[in-house]
Amino acid sequence: MTQNKIGSVMVVGGGIAGMQSALDLADAGYYVYLVEKGPSIGGVMAQLDKTFPTNDCAM
Amino acid sequence: MNIEIITLAEIQDISGEAGNFSVDVLKHPRYIDEDKCIACGVCAEKCPKKITDTYNAGLSKRKAAYVEYPQAVPLKYVIDQDNCIYLQKGKCGVCKKKCPVDAVDFDQKPENRTVNVGSVILAPGFEPFSPESFENYQYAKHPNVITSLEFERLLSASGPTQGHVTRPSDNEEPKKIAWFQCVGSRDMNRCDNAYCSSVCCMYAIKEAVIAKEHAGDDLDCAIFFMDMRTHGKDFERFYDNAREKSGVRFIRSRVHTVTPVPGSDDLELRFVTEDGTLKTEVFDMIVLSVGMQTPKALVDLSKKLGISLSAGNFADTETFSPVATSRPGIFVSGAFQGPKDIPQAVVDSSAASAAAAELLADVRNTCTKEKEIVPEVNVLGDRPKIGVLICQCGTNIAGVVDVPKVVDYAATLPYVELATDKLFACSQDAQDNMVELIKEKGLNRIVIAACTPKTHEPLFQDTLTAAGLNKYLFEMTNIRNQDSWVHKNNPEMATEKAKDLVRMAVSKVALQEPLKEVQLPVNQTAMVVGGGIAGMAAAKSLSEQGYETHLVEKGNCLGGQARQLFMTAKGESIQKKLAEMITAVEADKRIHLHLDTELSHVDGFVGNFETTLSSNGNETTLEHGVAVLATGASPHKTSEYGYGTDERIITSLDLDKKLMDDDPSLTTLNGAVFIQCVGSREPERMYCSRICCTHSIENAIQLKEKNPDMNVYILYRDIRTYGEKELLYKKARQLGVIFIRYSLENKPVVKADKDQLTVHVMDHILNMPLELNVDMVTLATAIIPNTDEKLSNFFKVATNADGFFIEKHAKLGPSEFSTDGVYLCGLAHYPKPIDESIAQAKAAVARAVTLLAKQTIFSSGTVAMVDPMLCAACGVCVSICPYSAPKFTEEGRFEGKAEVNPALCKGCGLCVASCRSGAIHLKGFDTDQILTQIFEMDEAV
Repeated sequence: MTQNKIGSVMVVGGGIAGMQSALDLADAGYYVYLVEKGPSIGGVMAQLDKTFPTNDCAM
Repeated sequence: MNIEIITLAEIQDISGEAGNFSVDVLKHPRYIDEDKCIACGVCAEKCPKKITDTYNAGLSKRKAAYVEYPQAVPLKYVIDQDNCIYLQKGKCGVCKKKCPVDAVDFDQKPENRTVNVGSVILAPGFEPFSPESFENYQYAKHPNVITSLEFERLLSASGPTQGHVTRPSDNEEPKKIAWFQCVGSRDMNRCDNAYCSSVCCMYAIKEAVIAKEHAGDDLDCAIFFMDMRTHGKDFERFYDNAREKSGVRFIRSRVHTVTPVPGSDDLELRFVTEDGTLKTEVFDMIVLSVGMQTPKALVDLSKKLGISLSAGNFADTETFSPVATSRPGIFVSGAFQGPKDIPQAVVDSSAASAAAAELLADVRNTCTKEKEIVPEVNVLGDRPKIGVLICQCGTNIAGVVDVPKVVDYAATLPYVELATDKLFACSQDAQDNMVELIKEKGLNRIVIAACTPKTHEPLFQDTLTAAGLNKYLFEMTNIRNQDSWVHKNNPEMATEKAKDLVRMAVSKVALQEPLKEVQLPVNQTAMVVGGGIAGMAAAKSLSEQGYETHLVEKGNCLGGQARQLFMTAKGESIQKKLAEMITAVEADKRIHLHLDTELSHVDGFVGNFETTLSSNGNETTLEHGVAVLATGASPHKTSEYGYGTDERIITSLDLDKKLMDDDPSLTTLNGAVFIQCVGSREPERMYCSRICCTHSIENAIQLKEKNPDMNVYILYRDIRTYGEKELLYKKARQLGVIFIRYSLENKPVVKADKDQLTVHVMDHILNMPLELNVDMVTLATAIIPNTDEKLSNFFKVATNADGFFIEKHAKLGPSEFSTDGVYLCGLAHYPKPIDESIAQAKAAVARAVTLLAKQTIFSSGTVAMVDPMLCAACGVCVSICPYSAPKFTEEGRFEGKAEVNPALCKGCGLCVASCRSGAIHLKGFDTDQILTQIFEMDEAV
């Protein structure tokens, strides 16, 4: 492993999974590049209506 | 601040090694300058080109200049290159002419950028399976055959029908809807997806239940399925309620043809029922429950990046390192790791964060930026000088409310020094301007009349802080959601209402005082309770990230339930891996092991816990900032099927022991039966134990491989080999394992005599009783949580009806408790296999580290405070508070009176409302502030 480590992380994908990773890392002291191929983040979850079991709006 | 979102971008290649990668990123043009765009929507309004809206799954139209949905982040418009008339033909450009801020830029070009990072997390997601090739389902030809994602949009209030379920052909309300399961999953004939997509059973039930809620009980919903896979937490109950209470029909059959009914838009289904009869039934609409798959482009990219893939084209991972790809330093989460639901994706994502953080622990905080701290101006005792800012929100507010009139009115109110309006109060330039105004005019209170404080209050408060003003000298009032949106047709009244709302806010803020947030240090030591796989994985991850960790185990050795397990679903030896894990934990200098130890007392709160450990009568007290509960579960002790009366009737764990010992008797068996759901999915334990189907199938394969002539039967209710575990099910069938389904009402019966065991079961295909003569019966017994009421009380964490811990949020907070600073993982949360336990352990740690990394935390300023002079010491507040914030003062002048710990108080106001002496005040929402608003409103009536 390299000696010149860099304290930043790239997260590829801005859906619920990518966003969670990005938030955890940024809050833990790492700079995050969140790369999303679409024009906005949110992924498929943003298209869902309600989610089990809370019936929260997925948005 | 420490997340840079790069949209419209793809990664091209990754070079370098773990700790130091170079990533080539290609950023496509947006054709709109993100810094200038204020999301007013004029470009989309004027754009003449209409195309299919992908966000609404193709069910509606949008413009070539568009924003995906109103909540999009970043909220910036984009021009669809493939459909823009100007970009395709060089003519039009109307958006550029009309844009009020000159943000449209057709000269933008694709940009290549190289980014240096220490680690990469791949969370690229999945694509829903496209059922166009399924000709017999008519998807491509008939408008009333839609996919489940299209149906989600039909249900959604923001969808093309505003949540009113109608069928596409004639916009009529359907009376009968059928769901087809496993479209693009568990199918090697019409597609190549042998795996189970894990989520479709549950979402189909959810869609059916919600559709019935929308349309009423007259709507007939039928789900055609093979195995009902509701293996998640609380899913089985939902399935049961859908069937018994909502009246959703469940039909175990794979429909083979769908034919349009001539002369109508209806569809006729032909299918074979379980007893073999051919039936036809007409439905108004069909929803195809499409599975998940990895897009082709992602498969190609993975090959280029050197990431190996599984048989189903998901990133290959090992059971004991569930988020590490084959390339060191590159981690994976979400559906690219395997088909999974939202909670599991969230768990894996936090786990991937922890894995990356373990790798980069020594360079933490080297690339991040810190917020600049502006010294706070003391305004205590100064006469209020209020600034009122009215937001037009583009046309959202200004299109209905007469904003200039409201501004003029606000300027006349008491203490108002300045009233002004903004096109978008939340835009960066408006924020900068606000800072200037505060300083220039010496404003000491701010009112913003705009949208909802839920999303925008923190932003505006940051602006106050940046101007050196205490962030609580602020009031927000919602003249959009609660005014312009709901009184669209009555602009005059809406304008009057906006004035009322502003007046109320001004009167309240005038009484507002600066509030202090108490700063508390966060103890940098962690405690993990439970020394099983989950607990050890959590302790190891904490230690790798540099935190001293106490690992408390009540037994005399590490390993927990895993000590009794033979092999993972991927064929790895559990004992070998477990031994390595135990050795690593024991050798770790930052992990302090406490065996034979239990917790006898816990004091304190987030960041500052004080826990007393008790071991063989000796007590020690430890201070720690966070706690991870990994207290595990145990096998259900059954007396069913003659267990305990005959040594040939054993449990799955007993069989694992025989397999570990390589017991020679196993090869000489003539026949073996496995019975599933022993104690699970029954009225007294209405949950699925999630792992038993896979476990029994694995062991059945072991037996078949030892002796191919052995007759091996699995008696089941639904086979729940979700994800790629489905491949094991397929393998077992190929090896000749016989699967016989039984029902809860008609359970198998085991009879033992001296020579053999006889199992009687009703065969569901032949509809005939079968008699199986075998030498061994293995019972797949339920998983029961190790409920520990003492521990629940210590940390104020709750358990559900089944005894499992209740997480903060089923989807978005699966690895943490509502109690701040306390986290959970492993079987104590819900039955799960080893890979998911380890992922959740890492996830719990990732969440805990976000707290530890802060070093200090601030309590909220809006907390309750007791006036001890008025307190009658009745104790109602102490008993009513859900967060245990109030307690009796132990010593001093006010001994016996209540006091509220600001670190625990969430500002809910329950104690304030219940205090019979009026001794408790909620800062920022004090009685005079509430009353003045009410008085101001009275004036309005």
